[in-house]
Amino acid sequence: MAKHHVATTVNGDAVEFLCETEQTLLDCLREELDLTGAKEGCSSGDCGACSVMIDNRLVCSCLVLGVEANGKSIETIEGMADGEELHPLQRKFLEHAALQCGICTPGFLVASKALLAKNPNPSETEVRYWLAGNLCRCTGYDKIVRAVMDAATEMRGA
Amino acid sequence: MQERVKKEPEREFRVIGTRPLRPDGADKVTGRAKFGADFKMAGQLVGKVLRSPHAHARIKSIDVSKAAALPGVKAIVTRDDFKDQGSEFVPAGEMLVNYRDVVRTVMAREKALFEGHPVAAVAATSESVAREALKLIKVDYEVLPHVMDPVDAMRPDAPLLHDDMITAGVTPAPTKPSNVAKRVEFALGDVEKGFKDADVIIEREFNTKPVHQGYIEPHACVASVSEDGSAEVWVTTQGHWIVRAHCARLLGWDISKIRVTASEIGGGFGGKTVVYLEPLALALSKKSRKAVKMVMSREEVFRASGPTSGANVWVKIGAKKNGKIVAGEAILKYQAGAFQGSPVQPGCMSAFAPYDLEHVKVVGYDVVTNRPKVAAYRAPGAPISEYAVESVVDELSERLGIDPIELRLKNAAKEGTKAAYGPKFGPIGLIEGLKAAQDSPHWKAPLGKNQGRGIAAGFWFNIGGETTVSLQLNEDGTLSLMAGTPDIGGLRASLCMMAAEELGVDLGKIRPIIADTSSLGYNFLTGGSRSTFSSGMATVEAARAIIKEACVRASKLWEIPIDAVTWEDGKVKPAGDNAGKHQPMDLGDIAKIAGKTGGPIIGYSAITAHGAAPSFGVHIADAEIDPETGKATITRYTVIQDAGRAIHPSYVEGQYQGGAAQGIGWALNEEYIYGDDGKLQNPGFLDYRIPVASDLPMIDTIIVEVPNPRHPYGVRGIGETPIVPPMAAVAAAVKRATGVRFFELPMSPPKVLKGIKDAKANGGAKATA
Amino acid sequence: MRYEAPDTIEAAAKLLAAESGDARVLAGGTDLLVQMRSEILTPALVVDIKKIAEMRQVKEEAGGVRVGAAVTGAELKEHPRLSKVWPGVVEAANLIGSTQIQGRATMGGNLCNGSPAADSVPALIAVGAVAAIVGPNGRRELKVEDIMLAPRKLALTKGEIVASFLLPARPPKSSDAYLRFIPRTEMDIAVVGCGVSLSLDGSGTCTAARVGLGAVAARPLLVDAAAKALIGTKVDEAALAKLEAAARAACKPIDDKRGTIEFRIDVAGVLARRTALIALERARKA
Repeated sequence: MAKHHVATTVNGDAVEFLCETEQTLLDCLREELDLTGAKEGCSSGDCGACSVMIDNRLVCSCLVLGVEANGKSIETIEGMADGEELHPLQRKFLEHAALQCGICTPGFLVASKALLAKNPNPSETEVRYWLAGNLCRCTGYDKIVRAVMDAATEMRGA
Repeated sequence: MQERVKKEPEREFRVIGTRPLRPDGADKVTGRAKFGADFKMAGQLVGKVLRSPHAHARIKSIDVSKAAALPGVKAIVTRDDFKDQGSEFVPAGEMLVNYRDVVRTVMAREKALFEGHPVAAVAATSESVAREALKLIKVDYEVLPHVMDPVDAMRPDAPLLHDDMITAGVTPAPTKPSNVAKRVEFALGDVEKGFKDADVIIEREFNTKPVHQGYIEPHACVASVSEDGSAEVWVTTQGHWIVRAHCARLLGWDISKIRVTASEIGGGFGGKTVVYLEPLALALSKKSRKAVKMVMSREEVFRASGPTSGANVWVKIGAKKNGKIVAGEAILKYQAGAFQGSPVQPGCMSAFAPYDLEHVKVVGYDVVTNRPKVAAYRAPGAPISEYAVESVVDELSERLGIDPIELRLKNAAKEGTKAAYGPKFGPIGLIEGLKAAQDSPHWKAPLGKNQGRGIAAGFWFNIGGETTVSLQLNEDGTLSLMAGTPDIGGLRASLCMMAAEELGVDLGKIRPIIADTSSLGYNFLTGGSRSTFSSGMATVEAARAIIKEACVRASKLWEIPIDAVTWEDGKVKPAGDNAGKHQPMDLGDIAKIAGKTGGPIIGYSAITAHGAAPSFGVHIADAEIDPETGKATITRYTVIQDAGRAIHPSYVEGQYQGGAAQGIGWALNEEYIYGDDGKLQNPGFLDYRIPVASDLPMIDTIIVEVPNPRHPYGVRGIGETPIVPPMAAVAAAVKRATGVRFFELPMSPPKVLKGIKDAKANGGAKATA
Repeated sequence: MRYEAPDTIEAAAKLLAAESGDARVLAGGTDLLVQMRSEILTPALVVDIKKIAEMRQVKEEAGGVRVGAAVTGAELKEHPRLSKVWPGVVEAANLIGSTQIQGRATMGGNLCNGSPAADSVPALIAVGAVAAIVGPNGRRELKVEDIMLAPRKLALTKGEIVASFLLPARPPKSSDAYLRFIPRTEMDIAVVGCGVSLSLDGSGTCTAARVGLGAVAARPLLVDAAAKALIGTKVDEAALAKLEAAARAACKPIDDKRGTIEFRIDVAGVLARRTALIALERARKA
């Protein structure tokens, strides 16, 4: 059957693509739009490596159909830096060595940004529970949590 | 909280020991970095694997005709497309693999030996066509009884996986085949004699389940074969030269024909030191004459890629009342999965390594079972054996009424100790680690209700191995560094730091890459905690070669003898009688005259790195157990480990924390769950439960530095030791929190609750199985 | 596979009823897409109901609140009144999966996926939620405890959709709570789930109570005996002990990869007690 024509906004840019019903938004971002920052770790919503924002809501893109993106506004890791300037979270992740292999990093950054937009002053516990849907196998989470809280401090101007 | 404890007064370093940003960092935080599945080639096909639904079955026939006729299917491969291989063992990480088994792991031949075993592969124009094609392949299986666990597999009436498996290492050799591939033994002294001197003897039996490395990035590759037989492979791997070697062997091609590029790797921990998809993708590409991309789903990763062994371990330790251990004995039965090659040998060798023992005997059995062939997982074999030994040492400390650190100090291996597996230790940092543990704020902190504290030691050998590094001096004085050990956690930063230290240049002037197999000499894979050690050693050698050559070029330019030239603070200077007669030249100046003084300047090092030294660790774990549900919460955790010299402390701390987190998961919740039908019930991250962020506290680290005298900067490999102590440390904490000792992993809530209830019913805390 | 996104629930019901092959409602997709990916389900038609206003709104009704079945967990949490009056329902919906899952998952989907371990269902049962159901033949109502019959089996006919849940008004000094047992701290399917709603009078005596239990039988349970243990008491130690025993007695669990029979029964009692105490504390402050 004919593919769906999807018109959507990704990181502020109007884009279009064709997709089959069963293709997920993750598939479409990676295959149709060549935005490979969101990763496929599990395809079952258990690892968070595919995290994106849809209309300001943090979701797993592997659990959204591509066709559902029509008319929506999507933010991915590729839109996080401001031109050449890294977002404070991106900078803090590097400063704190909050990544080793880096496969989970885009998901963590998108999820952390969503947290700080909602709660600019989270406690360590709040950070850990918000990020429980993002799996990391390399770091044991310690430096990730430190980086998020340090970025939060900077972003509050504190 | 992160700390350092140094044995020697600090050598003056400019760069080593600082914490610069990693050179590959910007790409990793912007989504630009390309991992295995992020690469595509024009016109590529999608490759998919048909896998056995049975744990054990004879494959009588495979009919691919209907699949081949499906529009969009461009190639299909089965066992007929791969020549059989004779028996030959080759190193893969710190384990050995046998080519006869590798070809069968990649594609089943006579039998399917585990659920998920590949029986065919297709390449098609889209994912949906490929899936459809798999459904059209008809395989005629004769289902056979299966066996899933090493103790069952060792029984005389157990279903037999391989008709020709005669246990090696037994004299006289058995006359009948079995599921026991080999028996190994390591011994010192005479344990029978040793036990006679013991005042106290403790004997325990432990059981562990297989656990998966749990890398977040599934296996992925793209392969493209030209009409002239040359091939390109893009793959996520810990060792692209190994991928090249295995593919060349399995396909019968010259090694030179295959060029393998390592993508960024999304975690490996040993699990990406072997091949699964790559030979299939190459074979499909050759047949279809198009590039073929193959990516495993998470379910395939669990069903068909190697976890580490589950095991049955018996340990017996004897000690005198004053705490001196007089003898240690262990029997290890490790399951290898469908083909031989569990890490039982390193398990045996490492079991008692933290102790200076006169009498020790460890026997190991490598047992096949109908599960995926195990692959290396961070310190392969050691977490299991040392969990068992450390747990008995903990029980000993309670029985003797001696503090668990004091007991270990009394028996600790040190420089000059002869290890059970042969060599005498050089300088090592176990005693320093134990003392740092004693002095740590964690050890002294008070405990709350339902909380207990446990401590355990750990050891890993670490390896060196074949390594090549090339360091190019660019025309403007900057440098390009080519290494060949894939960077799994910050290696490029450390290599640049070592080069910058040697050359006296700014870190930012060196750009590191991990080169492909056609662009650099041979490199053994990243494993055995070897990359910072070996590629580091080669980098230093390459840097020193550049310095040497720079001096030669300056001497040519200045027309003075070579021994009249010296290198100081990043510059070539005339020395001795010629001092002051010429302007010092930095590398930029040297680069400008390279062409007219002999040609481009390259520092090259192709070595077999020797002198890798072991790393000892000590972990302190606090656990709180909910007495009504058996649920354990890790409330505090400290990793103390000897790094020799921490080149980049943040990445050393990161290895400590990551290994600890994996060990905590292994201790509490991770396990493969198979049904009676031999099928895996939890092939996903929902029910294969690795720790999430809210499960863990901050993980404190203390880096001990007892330099390794055989590395220019004193480096020891550190990546693997951190996974060795956690299970015993957590088990000891659980014991002290509940009064109940457990001898089985994982210590999941139903088991812990049952143990607590049984102990109450039996009138008070008692050890339980 | 076809995809439709109708504007009205009647149109959605018609599409589902008319489909000869397998047709599924797509709400948050957090169960459906997982099942499609692992080929447990291969629907011929997915009907996306997220454009249907009735299913996406939260409205006051008869002193209570009618919650659209396709309102997400995250939206429930952000609603000022829901969290105050029905904190157990909101926290249950927000324990499903992760932050990312809660950004999409709905209580309608959680119920209609048909898993006895669904987190929001014991909480909905505890507050006496009633589902409004729309089908090709019109509308009807069902109590939430009557909807799931067995794993993956619902008391709905072809084409029927759960449109909304009415959370009925309760007297002042009422509140609810939901607890579940999982081996980690997040991300797991409930091994046992318990929802308790209760109301107190001026003297602190429990005048009404409902107890829901999940993951301990082939469907989520309304446990009358557990409620009776609380009603008429001050929720003291004696009442809690009776509650524990009643909760345990109601269990008919299985051994599976998430828990054993013995463990589920033990923990059901423990959770019932702990959940009741939280509901009690909240009701006192309400």
